[in-house]
Amino acid sequence: MKLLVCISNVPDTTTKVRFKDNNTLFDDNGVQWVINPWDELALTRAVELKDDSSSPVSEVHVINVGTAVTEPTLRKCLAIGADKAFRIDLDPKDSYSTAVQIAEFVKDKDYRFIINGISSGDYNGSSVGGMIAELTDLSSVSSVSNIRFENNEPILERDVASGKEYIATSGTTVLIVQKGFAIEPKIPNMRGIMTARSKPLEVIPSVDAEPLVEYIDFRLPEPKGKVKMIESDNLDELVRLLSTEAKVL
Amino acid sequence: MSVLVYVQNFGGKLKKQNFELASYASKIAEAMGTDVAGITIGEIDNEELQKLSKYGVSKLLKAGDPSFNTRINKIYTQIVEQAVEAAGADVVVFPNTNAGKAVAPRLSVRLKAGYVPGVTELPSSYDPFIVSKGVFTGKAFANVKVNTSVKIVSLMINTFGVFEKETDLVIEDFAPQIDTTGVTSKVIDKKLSKEGLSLFDADIVVSGGRGMKSPDNWKPLEELAEVLGAALACSRPVSDEGWRSHEEHVGQTGKIIAPNLYIAVGISGAIQHIAGVSGAKCIVALNNDSDAPIFQVADYGILDDAHKVLPKLVEAFREFKKE
Ligand SMILES: Cc1cc2nc3c(=O)[nH]c(=O)nc-3n(C[C@H](O)[C@H](O)[C@H](O)COP(=O)(O)OP(=O)(O)OC[C@H]3O[C@@H](n4cnc5c(N)ncnc54)[C@H](O)[C@@H]3O)c2cc1C
Repeated sequence: MKLLVCISNVPDTTTKVRFKDNNTLFDDNGVQWVINPWDELALTRAVELKDDSSSPVSEVHVINVGTAVTEPTLRKCLAIGADKAFRIDLDPKDSYSTAVQIAEFVKDKDYRFIINGISSGDYNGSSVGGMIAELTDLSSVSSVSNIRFENNEPILERDVASGKEYIATSGTTVLIVQKGFAIEPKIPNMRGIMTARSKPLEVIPSVDAEPLVEYIDFRLPEPKGKVKMIESDNLDELVRLLSTEAKVL
Repeated sequence: MSVLVYVQNFGGKLKKQNFELASYASKIAEAMGTDVAGITIGEIDNEELQKLSKYGVSKLLKAGDPSFNTRINKIYTQIVEQAVEAAGADVVVFPNTNAGKAVAPRLSVRLKAGYVPGVTELPSSYDPFIVSKGVFTGKAFANVKVNTSVKIVSLMINTFGVFEKETDLVIEDFAPQIDTTGVTSKVIDKKLSKEGLSLFDADIVVSGGRGMKSPDNWKPLEELAEVLGAALACSRPVSDEGWRSHEEHVGQTGKIIAPNLYIAVGISGAIQHIAGVSGAKCIVALNNDSDAPIFQVADYGILDDAHKVLPKLVEAFREFKKE
């Protein structure tokens, strides 16, 4: 059983976000790039399943739509334990044009699951997984918070408003996964880092796809006013301020 | 021309977030000089649905067949697609919930309609259609232009507010044509969670961090939540340690919420934590370290030991609630 994990390359979560060219572009000067945290959890679980001899998962591939800048991130995925990486050579402009690339790639492959993290830490689209599924006419299961195998058949757990649902699937299925799928990301060990250098990273040309939306400009949130400190023996004052000043009680 | 709102069906009931989303759709419709139609899927009483007449919805398509009670994304997408056509909608509004995130991207591809997820305000322009959304997990906003004839947006719950507008609501039974080829997923079991206030719906959220020191210290936080009618949340290490359930984890890799009031106790305010709560209208921080970054984003702060202050805080709110 082969799994494909879709990897978004995003600024480290502690990055101070800045924009350039009249606030029309993200300023990536000095930015440290990382595997999108959700995708890192997806990959962690995929590799764990591969390493577990009782699961039928035999191979894990990763794919990213991006320019050569993203290759260190893909190498890190290989160090974590992915067997093979693909980079579709395109600077993606929106979720749709990204999804079209991956949909085109998976058309003639036999992955059991195409796994996406719920949201990308840059443009927060939560869209690529669902879009790949619709483009390829595959079933998608979203909000997946666990996967286990029973008699070699995968059972997915999904979060819904009323609790949890357990889902069986057949054939290639797109998964959109969230917290619980894995809890803590796997840190690559020395051996992983060494072997990653010789694992295959294949670059694939992109196909044409018109974006459906256009990011025209960016702005930072209004700076917060200074915090009002309240003495801990004057909590009635806090209650009063919350009620009459902030009006949130 | 119309605005179509996705009316999420919570097991036969509506929630405040449905009214907020209807209010949002209604304001868009007003600006465009048109009406709001809704689509709801699965069994639900008309009496419950009539509540939407208070929030500007004038027509509701009800795909009420019990076989639709469980969400299969491929099928739900087809239902909404046909509702878009039946209503002649050019703007479709989803909630940015699990359900919305599951269906909206699929619909976007199906209709070749540009989709802007996670919007927090009304479009700033309708022709061209431009709307603002959060990016970089709470650190910035972007103006996004949609160039397609049908536009899809999803609204962050709790960011817009509820606005009343009396309307005559007509509920029509809706029987979509469903193609089930390629539906390869099947729900085989369910586990209902105990009926509690969902973190997404709560106006007030009380949250504990590693500064609580031990899971045995949560009692006063639970009391505080009860007095305030609040939901409970926690920071990531707290859920990673198993002190609290993962359902309560907020932040970059947990839930992203926007309550009116967020009370952070023993939480340092790491940037990844703030990413999950920066939409809160008011933040109160209780921490014994004056350098804790939470004080840079809080509106009100108390610098002291949580264990000493919490019982007094519970009392102060209890007194207020009595009045
Ligand atoms: C990729 C990535 C994703 C992440 N995602 C998330 C996320 O989604 N959510 C999240 O929360 N974190 C996330 N984190 C972790 C984050 O960086 C912080 O480590 C975490 O938020 C810290 O949790 P905390 O505030 O509970 O604990 P700490 O940072 O240990 O802070 C505890 C605080 O309690 C205070 N304190 C101690 N004793 C007392 C007392 N007696 N009375 C009052 N105050 C006291 C301390 O002064 C301190 O400020 C992420 C990190 C990474 C790298």
